[in-house]
Amino acid sequence: MSRSSEETNRRLLRARDAMDRRYAEPLDVATLARIAYVSEAHFIRSFRATFGETPNRYLQRRRVERAMFLLRSTDRSVTGICMDVGFSSLGTFSRVFRDIVGEPPSAYRRRGPLPPVPTCFAMAWARPSSFGEAPGE
Amino acid sequence: MLNALTITQIYVPDQDQALDFYVGKLGFQVTNDMAFGPMRWLTIALPGQPDREVLLEKPGPPSMSEETAAQVRDLISKGAAGGHLFFQCDDAHQTHAELKERGVEITEDPVDQPYGTDFGLRDPFGNHIRIAAPRVA
Repeated sequence: MSRSSEETNRRLLRARDAMDRRYAEPLDVATLARIAYVSEAHFIRSFRATFGETPNRYLQRRRVERAMFLLRSTDRSVTGICMDVGFSSLGTFSRVFRDIVGEPPSAYRRRGPLPPVPTCFAMAWARPSSFGEAPGE
Repeated sequence: MLNALTITQIYVPDQDQALDFYVGKLGFQVTNDMAFGPMRWLTIALPGQPDREVLLEKPGPPSMSEETAAQVRDLISKGAAGGHLFFQCDDAHQTHAELKERGVEITEDPVDQPYGTDFGLRDPFGNHIRIAAPRVA
């Protein structure tokens, strides 16, 4: 690893932090690539090489993690939560949620309230894993 | 038996840059800065808590090979090196505003939690820091 790759990592981390912070906004690759000071094509490739998944997948997991939290900590409607976490369509939200979590939002909600943990750790550890995660499918 | 936790360690790739940040921006004081063989033993503490020190250790030879040090720096720049520091303050919104004013890289704006209000930031290298104002009962 060279110093320049550390610089690149650090800039990509800044873009990842932006996804963690601004997940509710309609973030696109152009915006994120600007934060990381790289071209769009290079951004997707280098993000994947650095963090092991595409930026889109990371953002989806972040949004689903927030939705998981809200479903079990508030009584807001599923549609409301879908919009709160940055999805623009309920159909996409339901499909992505189910793909990642393995059950629909309403079923996940019935599991009951969550214990209090510092946000950053909840974010890092409650975030569903990337691939093949849906149990029993 | 054990009666206090006195020093914890984090890795910083550049100790002078670390001082600019931890002393210059976060308000730490240097408690030790001395040559310990080839190592620069550099500890800092908060003015109000001088016996709770943070060791700012630079990864490198002879403690570890240059190759290993490069791996450590790589992890730091990906935000994956651990060494999270958690702080307390009186007013999270005020502290957040002050640090933002000083150009600190905020990763998450203040959020209300069951335990209080907290926000997140990174040091210049990628190490993660969390600052919380506990809920007043």
